[in-house]
Amino acid sequence: MITLMHFQVLSAILLCLGIYGVLAKRSAVLVLISIELMLNAVNINLIGYVALRGLGKSYQAYGQVLIIFVITIAAAELALAIAIILRLYRNTNNVNVDEIKSLKG
Amino acid sequence: MISVSLLFFGIASLLVIGGGIGVVVARNIIHAALFLLVTMIGTAGVFLLALAEFLALVQILIYGGAVLIVILFALMLTRIEDFRQLGDNNQKPIAALISIFLFILITTSILMTDVSTSLISSVSLIDVGLTLFTDWAIPFEVASLVLLIALIGAIVLVREEEDKK
Repeated sequence: MITLMHFQVLSAILLCLGIYGVLAKRSAVLVLISIELMLNAVNINLIGYVALRGLGKSYQAYGQVLIIFVITIAAAELALAIAIILRLYRNTNNVNVDEIKSLKG
Repeated sequence: MISVSLLFFGIASLLVIGGGIGVVVARNIIHAALFLLVTMIGTAGVFLLALAEFLALVQILIYGGAVLIVILFALMLTRIEDFRQLGDNNQKPIAALISIFLFILITTSILMTDVSTSLISSVSLIDVGLTLFTDWAIPFEVASLVLLIALIGAIVLVREEEDKK
């Protein structure tokens, strides 16, 4: 049967993959995709605790609502980040994060 | 004797981890975006195994339907040839070291901590909806405002200034 440990280890693997992607990738779009991976790791961890801690009904509903909010904020963050990347591409013709040095575009 | 639920959890986590590794090692950015979709589908499977069927639905709809399409649109609107060479930058060894060290740290602390658990239990969609629209009604409205403002901000950011031309 599935235990809490399975959820936690899966979440840890996904989180570390996301951190590696954020630190090692050059393209800003790939950094963004890695951030989405980390947000998913958080959601997996949360659902593990919600489902397996034997909480009461209302607290389980609280946990699921919290995950819905995480997904919502992730969508808002993604829209803004894509807009910033498009603007950056239009201004500098370049989305490599290690080559963008100037703050004034 | 391996139980059926554990087997399905293995399949779902294989999808999640395989998609994550694919995102990290992919040479083409379109492939990385499609590997992200694989990870999202695996996460939806994990949600289903935790008996949260509404969250699985939301995961597929928002990530598969919205987030991935937005990323692909962004790749389409910028010129795709420039994204072909997706090198890693020169912090790659340090990044690998940090993530492996963090993974070992988290995993040992998970294995050393004993958390009391029970069997998988679930809550019905009716209860989730009632909670969302009673106890969490104000945060829900604030979240909708956040989405609205973020989308307006995105439009303002990408719009061309006409007065400059």
